[in-house]
Formats: sequence, C-alpha cells, structure tokens
Amino acid sequence: MRFSDYCSLTLVIGLFILAALLPLIPDSDYLMSLALPIAMYTVLATSWALFSGPTHYISLATGAFYGVGAYVVGTGIEFIPYPVLLLIAGFSGIVLAGLVGIATLRLSGVYFVIFTLGLAELIRQLVTWIQNNFTGSRGLYVLTDITENYIYWQLIALTALVFLVGWLIKRSRLGFALRIIGNDELVAGHCGINSAGCKVILFMVSGCFAAVVGAVMAPRFTYIEPSMAFSPELSFQVVIMALLGGVHRLWGPLVGVIPFTLLWEVIASSFPTQTVLLLGVSFLLIVYFIPDGVVGRLEDLVKSMRLARPGSNRG
Amino acid sequence: MEVLTNGFLLGATYALLAMGLTLQYGVARIMNLANGEMLVAGAFAAFWAFTANQISPFYAVLFVVPLAFIFNWLVYRYLLTPLVRRAKSQGQLEVDTILATFGMSFALVGIMLMLFGGEFFTYSYLAEPFEIFGSPYGLNRVVACLASVFICGLLFWAIYTTRIGMAMRALTSNPDAASLVAIDVPRMSALAFSLGGAVSAVGGIMLSTFLTLDASIGVVFTMKALIIVIMGGVGDIRGAIIAAMVLGIAETLVASLIDPGLTLAAAYLLFILVLLFKPEGLFGRKAI
Amino acid sequence: MRFSGLRAVDCLSFNVRENEVVGLIGPNGSGKTTTMNLISGVFKPTHGDIVLGDRLISDWSTREVARAGVARTFQLVRILPTLSVVENVMAGAVFGSKRLWGRELNRYAIRLLEKVGLGEMINVPTASLTYINEKRLELARALASDPRLLLLDEWLAGLNPTELQIGIDLIKTLRDEGRTIILVEHVMDAIRSLCDTCVVMNTGSKIAEGSPQQALSHPEVIKAYLGEDHA
Repeated sequence: MRFSDYCSLTLVIGLFILAALLPLIPDSDYLMSLALPIAMYTVLATSWALFSGPTHYISLATGAFYGVGAYVVGTGIEFIPYPVLLLIAGFSGIVLAGLVGIATLRLSGVYFVIFTLGLAELIRQLVTWIQNNFTGSRGLYVLTDITENYIYWQLIALTALVFLVGWLIKRSRLGFALRIIGNDELVAGHCGINSAGCKVILFMVSGCFAAVVGAVMAPRFTYIEPSMAFSPELSFQVVIMALLGGVHRLWGPLVGVIPFTLLWEVIASSFPTQTVLLLGVSFLLIVYFIPDGVVGRLEDLVKSMRLARPGSNRG
Repeated sequence: MEVLTNGFLLGATYALLAMGLTLQYGVARIMNLANGEMLVAGAFAAFWAFTANQISPFYAVLFVVPLAFIFNWLVYRYLLTPLVRRAKSQGQLEVDTILATFGMSFALVGIMLMLFGGEFFTYSYLAEPFEIFGSPYGLNRVVACLASVFICGLLFWAIYTTRIGMAMRALTSNPDAASLVAIDVPRMSALAFSLGGAVSAVGGIMLSTFLTLDASIGVVFTMKALIIVIMGGVGDIRGAIIAAMVLGIAETLVASLIDPGLTLAAAYLLFILVLLFKPEGLFGRKAI
Repeated sequence: MRFSGLRAVDCLSFNVRENEVVGLIGPNGSGKTTTMNLISGVFKPTHGDIVLGDRLISDWSTREVARAGVARTFQLVRILPTLSVVENVMAGAVFGSKRLWGRELNRYAIRLLEKVGLGEMINVPTASLTYINEKRLELARALASDPRLLLLDEWLAGLNPTELQIGIDLIKTLRDEGRTIILVEHVMDAIRSLCDTCVVMNTGSKIAEGSPQQALSHPEVIKAYLGEDHA
C-alpha cells in the first residue's frame, strides 16, 4: 500500500468511529431516527451495487431477502440465541440467492429481472399460506431487550463489513473476472472464466447482506406481518438510492443514500398519502437525468475540467 | 373436468394479457414492467363505469381502448423513445427500459392509489351460474372468456393477414432487416407498444368482471404475463396462447387442491421448470 | 487433435499435429469461422467429434475448452476497452491453464506485450490503440494462457503491407517456438510462408488438404476460388 492508501484508510476508519459515536450524543433521538435508516440503506444499497454494478443484472429482490431475514428472527427468537439467528438469516439469504441464481443467471438478464420482480410477492404468499395452515396466526411478535442504539451499532458494523467485502472482491480474481465479464462476456468465456458462477457467488454475497439486515431490523418492528416484511417498496428504494449515487464505485451508493433518506423523511411526513407516486416519479427523474449517478456525473465533471486545463498531466 | 374448464376460462383471459405483452416486448422490444398497472387501470375504468354510471364493462371497452392506446402512445413517444435513442447497445436499452418502466409502474400505482384509494374493489356483473357439461360456472367468467377468445382471434387474424401485421412479424424476427425492407421501425414499434397497452387494459376489464383487484396488484399480473410470454417463446403468439392455457389450468389446480392464495407459486413453479429445461420457450429453437 | 464430421460445417475432418501450423482457407462463407467457433466451444457440433489430445471436447463450453489450453483471437477484434493494456493481457493468464496473480502476473503480462511489439504502449489508454495494436493486444491475451492450441481467425486481415510483414514475422516467431496453431487466413503469401499443412474448405466441407503448394494448386481449389472456366 502507498502512503495515500494509508491516508484514506485512516479517514474511513475515523468516519466509522464518528458514526458509531453518534448515539452517545445526549438527546440524539431525532438524529438517530435519521441515522438508523441511513445506515440500513447504506448496507442494502452497497450490497445491491456489489452485484448489480459489475454484472448489469438488476435485482428487484432486496425486499425478499430482507423479509426472509426478518422472518428467521421472528420465528426463532424464542428458542434460539439472537447471534445464532443472525447467522441463520445470512445463511438463508445465501441459499435463496444461490437457488435463484442457479435457475436464472445462466440466462440473459431479462429472466433474472422477471424472477426477482415477483420473488418478494411469492415468498409473502408462501409465508402467509404456511401461517394460515400450520401456525394459525398471521403475525409474529419479536420481543427482545435489544435497543435502538444496539441495532444501529450492528448496522454500522455491517456497513464496515460490506465495504470490506466489496474492497476485497475488487482486489481478488473474482473482481477481475467481473470486470472482464462486464466488458465482453464471450471473451470472458474464452479466458476460462465461469461467468454464471461468478454472478451466482456475487448474488449470494448480496443476498446474504440483505437477509442479515432484515434480521437486525426485526427487533425494531416488534410485530412482523408478511405484507410489511416483504414490501416491494424496499427493493425499489434500494435500487433508487444505489442508482442515484452511482454503482461503479464502492462508496457510490452511500452518496445516494444520505440525500435520498433525508429527502424521503421530508416527503413521507409532508405527503404521507402520495409516497408511492413520488417514489415512482423521483425514480424516473434519476433514470432519465442522472443515469450514471451523482458520482458518475462528478467524475465526468472532473475529467472535463482536467481536459480543459492545458498542459495537465493525465494517463 | 371442472378444473380443466375453469382453467380454460381463466387461461383465455391470460392469453389476452400475454398478447398485449408480446406486442410490447416481442415487437417493440420494450420489457414493460408497468404492463400490470395498465391492466389494473383498465379494470378501474370498468369498475368506475359500472358502479358510477351503470355502464356494462363491455361497453367500457369502447372508451378504454382508445384512451389506453393514446396513453401508451404518449408513453412510448415521450418516455421510451429517448431511451431507445440514448442506448448504445441492445443490452443497455434493456437495462434502461426495465428501470424506466419499473419506475412508471410505481408512479401509476401511486396515481391509482390517489384516485381510488388502497381498498380492494369488486363489482357484481353477470354473477349468475351458467351450465357447461352439467356443472355450473360463473356467467361472467364464461362471457369474459368468450370476449377474450374473440379479441385474441381478431389480433391473430390481424397479425397473420394484414400488411401491418406482417411488418410487425418482420420486426419481431429482426428489426435491422425490417428497416432495410422499408418498414418504418420507430412508428411500427410505437404502434405495437400502444396496441399492446390497449390489449392489456382490455384484459384488465375482463379480469375485473370476476376477480377482486386492488391498486397494487398489477405486479402479480405483470409476472404472470411475463411468465406466459417466456414459456411460449418471446414473439411466438401461438406459443403464448398455449402457455396461457397451461398457466390457467395450473393455477386452477393449485387453487382448488392446495390454496387459492398460492396462485403465484404455481406460476413460479412453471417458470422455474421452463428456465431449467426449456429457456427458449415451449416451441422455440435454441438461438445461437 | 482430430476434428471430424461436422454438420453446419458438413463433412469436415482434419488432424493437427503438435508443433504444426495448419492453415484453414476457403472462399467467404465456406465455414472457416464456424469451424473455429466449433473448436473453441461457442457452438456445439450436432454430429461428429472434436478431440484435443486424447480428450473428446465436442460438448465442452468455451470456458472448459479454454481451460484445456485452447486460446483464440477473433475475426472482429474483441479487446476489453475499460481495462488497461496490461490488464487486457492479464485476463488471459489468470483463469485459464495458467493461474498467475500479483507481481508475477504483472511481469508476465509486460513480457508478453514486449514480445508482440507493444512494449511502448503499456501506459496508453486501451481505447486509443490503432488497429494493428489492437490485434497485437488480442494476440498477447491469447498467448497469455500459454495455449496448447492457438486459433487465429483472420488475424492478418485488414493490415497494410508494412503491418502485414510485421504480422507475418510475429506469427513466424510463434511457429519457431513450436506453437500449435490453426490459422484462418485469406492472405495467400502468409499461408505459403507460415503453414505446414493447408486445409481448403468450400461450402462447409473440405475440398483439399496438403502442403500449401499442393493444396493451392488442386483443381477443386482453383474452381472454388475462380470458377469453372479456370479449372
């Protein structure tokens, strides 16, 4: 590592420590009510971009993994220790992503999108059916002594983990393989790369994180119901935020998550009945006007400024 | 036998949905994830016409078709054409249209929630028994099925005999070659997309006569239509019709044997089978 | 190595011995590129066998064929535009039969770039390479896996006379190293000076085989290229 790498590493660690200290500020309830969703969406959007960025496969299934994670905790909280439940949730996410991946990722992206589009709804139907026929009750109570602050710290730790995993992948053979696949899948095959396998592994990583986030958030709900845990809006918001920030950099989604969560806070409180419409409209605005995300825009800007300056050294 | 007949009655309407999507995806090459919302909008229109103005849903077709056509034409012209122009490759266009139509689906759900609220809506039209082979079926289902068969037949005829239909088939098999034989590709795509949207809206009217719907259920029908189209082979209308029947029967089977709440699971099961064993569609040949 | 009885390419059978350069020639549309695609696993033969060494590879995917030691270039150059020049070469040496990584990989890639004559171009943006340099880069990527069999699909096509000589010399050095190569080519000078054996195809089947001299003077070959009157 070079000196500048150490600098940015120190900076990142410093930021994480600052973020982790946030709950210790007295009377920070309002601040926490913003920081918690920001942390949650950062993990979700970053792990989403980890898969969808390099492969260009759009996953609309974040809500499904999240719901599965929440349900694992909801079902097991009375019999199994909480940390074990987190592991089980992550494992369920991996298995689900693996199954979906094996069925669809050999084929073109369209099949994958379609499959993930209805996945949350499918699992919701299955869970509802199981509850109606075998357990008798529609919802689940998650009663724990896990506080809001504790949830927040877990999310911060997950954020650190997702960044670490993303960084490691980028430096690994897998990351290199993905860049080649993103360029030309046929060439990738001729280089001996197993494209479908790479995609499945990455989707499993992404699904694992989403499921664990769901599990971490479950105690906050206290009462879990299928229509709540498997909401399609969650998948949608994650896609919006990641695209808003930009998916080609590890920290890109973060740039989208912060403003969007804040904006959303305002919208949801001022126009509570029209959230879905506004969500759709803001999404369209992003797709049409900033397709490469804010980070992509900024990088273009920087590039053109450098080109404009004569004698500048590039390359 | 009852399951088969019920499945057939449902399948006919599904065939209509699949035709709408085939026109949009097969011909215009737009993977429209807002297709189901168009359907719900059509159903809403029929509901409104019936409850507020006592207009029969079948007359509602008369004003829903032009409205849906114009609406979809505007969507294609002003929202999708820029994407078609911007796209550097077919893959890029696919990603962009998926994202854009996904956004539209949420916007449409939002508009419908605003106009009609989030409740389930249903109305009772021709809800009287009708006997086929000695068993009673809802007359509304039978009528919806017949109407769907009629419209499918009309489309089938149009696509296989008229000049425009032939142009559309040419577009399905190869858009580049189509433009070489003087087919106005952008206009034909716009026409196919708008027509597809109108057909989906009509499908919604048919479904609304016997199903209970709500503003956010569109995605389920988008899924079903997509699964049918893929099962039948993209652009293959005969395949789509048979796939629609298969799905109708499979759903009715699951609903009557296991649970009516699991119809999407039935669709997914078929989808997985197709993906694993015949991703090119029931009658498709392997594309190289 | 033996390739026989292909169908889209119909009735084609030939052997490539180790350390041999085989030229695959024929008029446009005679199935040369299809043959390359069959060998490298892009298409699967409906009939017939493709054997590499003592292994039947007919049903293998491109990845499996690549891992078994077959590398190729493409008729229309396919470089990886968002990767650097060095990374383009690395792509060939990480996942195939060679599995290098780290500093060693970097050194190896640079050595190969020097070998194909791109030593000066290491820091040039990939997108700004000239046509011949793109071709060299693609060749370097194919060589990076140290292939048992190298498939060159019209690698010399579209080069100007000076570049052509450079290209021919480059392939000659590969031949002198003892590489096994199948060469699809239209440039007859190149065929004459490079190939040990020549297989001539027309409308999907083999019409002649032998040394370049023999094969090119075969009456069937002249008929295929020039028409009935000249035979």
